[in-house]
Amino acid sequence: MPTTKAITGNGAMAQAMRQINPDVVAAFPITPSTQIIEDFAEFVADGEVNTELITVESEHSAMSACIGASAAGGRVMTATSANGLALMWEMLYIAASMRQPVLMSVVNRALSAPINIHCDHNDSMGARDAGWIQIYAENNQEAYDNMIMAPAIAEHMDVRLPLMVCLDGFIISHSIETMELEDDQKVRDFIGQYQGQNTLLDNEHPVTWGALGLHDYYIEFKRGQQMAIQNAKAVIQDVSERFGQQFGRKYDLFESYRLDDAERVIVAINSVAGEIKEVVDALRDEGEKVGLLKIRVFRPFPYAEIAEALKDVKVITVLDRSTSMGAYGPLFGEIRTALYDANPRPLIYNRTFGLGGRELFPDDIREVFAESKRYLESGKIEKLFDFLNVRGG
Amino acid sequence: MPTLQEMAKKPAAFSSGHRLCAGCPVPIFTKMLTRVTDYDLVLGSATGCLEVASSIFPYSAWNVPWIHTAFENVAAMMSGAEAMYQSRKQQGRMDKKVKFVAMGGDGGTYDIGIQSLSATMERGHDLLYICYDNGAYMNTGIQRSGATPLGAATTTTPAGSVIAGKQQQRKDLTKIMVAHHIPYVAQASIHNPVDLSKKIKKGIEIEGPAFLNILCPCIPGWRIAPDMAVESARCGVDTCFWPLYEVENERYKINYKPKQKIPVVDWLLAQGRFKHLKNPELSGLVEEFQQQVDEQWAWLLEQDQADA
Repeated sequence: MPTTKAITGNGAMAQAMRQINPDVVAAFPITPSTQIIEDFAEFVADGEVNTELITVESEHSAMSACIGASAAGGRVMTATSANGLALMWEMLYIAASMRQPVLMSVVNRALSAPINIHCDHNDSMGARDAGWIQIYAENNQEAYDNMIMAPAIAEHMDVRLPLMVCLDGFIISHSIETMELEDDQKVRDFIGQYQGQNTLLDNEHPVTWGALGLHDYYIEFKRGQQMAIQNAKAVIQDVSERFGQQFGRKYDLFESYRLDDAERVIVAINSVAGEIKEVVDALRDEGEKVGLLKIRVFRPFPYAEIAEALKDVKVITVLDRSTSMGAYGPLFGEIRTALYDANPRPLIYNRTFGLGGRELFPDDIREVFAESKRYLESGKIEKLFDFLNVRGG
Repeated sequence: MPTLQEMAKKPAAFSSGHRLCAGCPVPIFTKMLTRVTDYDLVLGSATGCLEVASSIFPYSAWNVPWIHTAFENVAAMMSGAEAMYQSRKQQGRMDKKVKFVAMGGDGGTYDIGIQSLSATMERGHDLLYICYDNGAYMNTGIQRSGATPLGAATTTTPAGSVIAGKQQQRKDLTKIMVAHHIPYVAQASIHNPVDLSKKIKKGIEIEGPAFLNILCPCIPGWRIAPDMAVESARCGVDTCFWPLYEVENERYKINYKPKQKIPVVDWLLAQGRFKHLKNPELSGLVEEFQQQVDEQWAWLLEQDQADA
């Protein structure tokens, strides 16, 4: 039986790690993800898991140790945030290229400078091209559920790629919410055992890992990697389906919230979606045809499925909680690409919000819908790109 | 300890057909790894000459499990592999004895990898770290490192008309490793296979972290002839620039005391990287070099005597 528990997002991720019981965890503390590893260290100290916990001296070494451990054939996990993820950057690419199914909680936090410990998505968005599967979570329950699903996705033979579950720093990581914690044995049955292939510990069949690949082979490796992450889409759907049957909570590549007959839609990622749902409900009560599309899987990006879900929408506001300096927001670029072939093509515009933890209140979201209503009536976007809730804006 | 003849009959971890330079002495130690011990080995390399020259896909010179990921992280990476082994062993999913060896050049060890190395040693993983010290970033084309000796010309410390090569003395990484209070730290040289093979064996088989620093002349980097690597290493050891010693459980022991200590100038001037030091105006630099070597050798003799 599941236990209903009031727990922080970080606590939920630590519980997921305890239940997954990885062979090795290598991690370095950074706010706001630190508590995940602190809680997990207690599980290690109390003998609740079989894990070798490597308390490394940096996030670069954390990911390096994770790759070495994963190549030795077992299940490996870590957690980080912001600058920690940035310090891992080199190794993120190597983990993915060497097809190591390392699992990581990324507690989203703004990148320096100015140094800031609060939420935005520049950290994981900066890693979007690294080859990791990226799954985002609105709340504690989703973060936990995503991590329980993660091993079956990442370790699937059609995939074999690392996977990060992203949750909002402080807003989710440090907020206590009531959630369902599933039974340990049921979770372990769902996950199953893992044994890597061609491992370093198989001396009878020695393998060379991390060879030099030049112009005569490099591009084939990269194409193979691209195929593997494309394969992940169907695997994520299968595993989500199986998870729904087992535990009763349904997940898909994204969440459609009151999209039927919606004329104006916000597309957003993570915790802000909860707030948008409240505003959508209120506006629906007032007779407005509004809705939300909440991204769950950002890599691989489900272009065709999103295009289908949004094909009858007239105005789309894409909310990016990150900035690609000198360009539009990363989510906006994907959504606009997904809808390029739509006929008729909806009006699509981009708003940046919430950087460094700046609040976005329900009234701000109402403002967004008011603006999209003006665009619907005039048939014209006045401002393609702008910041919300910003001084001098 | 097997004799050199017995060792030569065992299969080597490293096969011919690698693409190291003609005359490069690195294979002297890589071929010893499996020959000195009966343990199964898992090897890892930092990015560098050895890594690049041994693993050009789809070929590999390695006959045992081997992994490379990046330049600065071989110690951390191998600590992960070792931790997986310990985890699987404790779970009863692994019954054989496996030992781990990380290898890096002086760039990957003294400089960009020192943080990862230091932390791995401090955490006490059961692995041997081998640094092959050739005194510069040779793989990228002979740039100065923290191991480059005073006065050496490299491509980033050229012997110019105003500045004559590297202006700083090298850091003493072996002593930095001793300060980690690990069970075994040693210096060896590729010219002395008996001493070298003993130290590799000890480093592999001892329980806990071990560090071995091997003097490894570089043909293009030192600007010496391809048949001069062994001779150049021998001469370096006979000057006492590179003493052969070990520190086991924090007790110093010198393994070789030259009967005739050769003046460093003889060793320096036999190498192209120091040839500008022939200039009499730079005699002060040579004197400074000799003084540093003398002081460090005297210090080591004191430790050796105190711990005898």
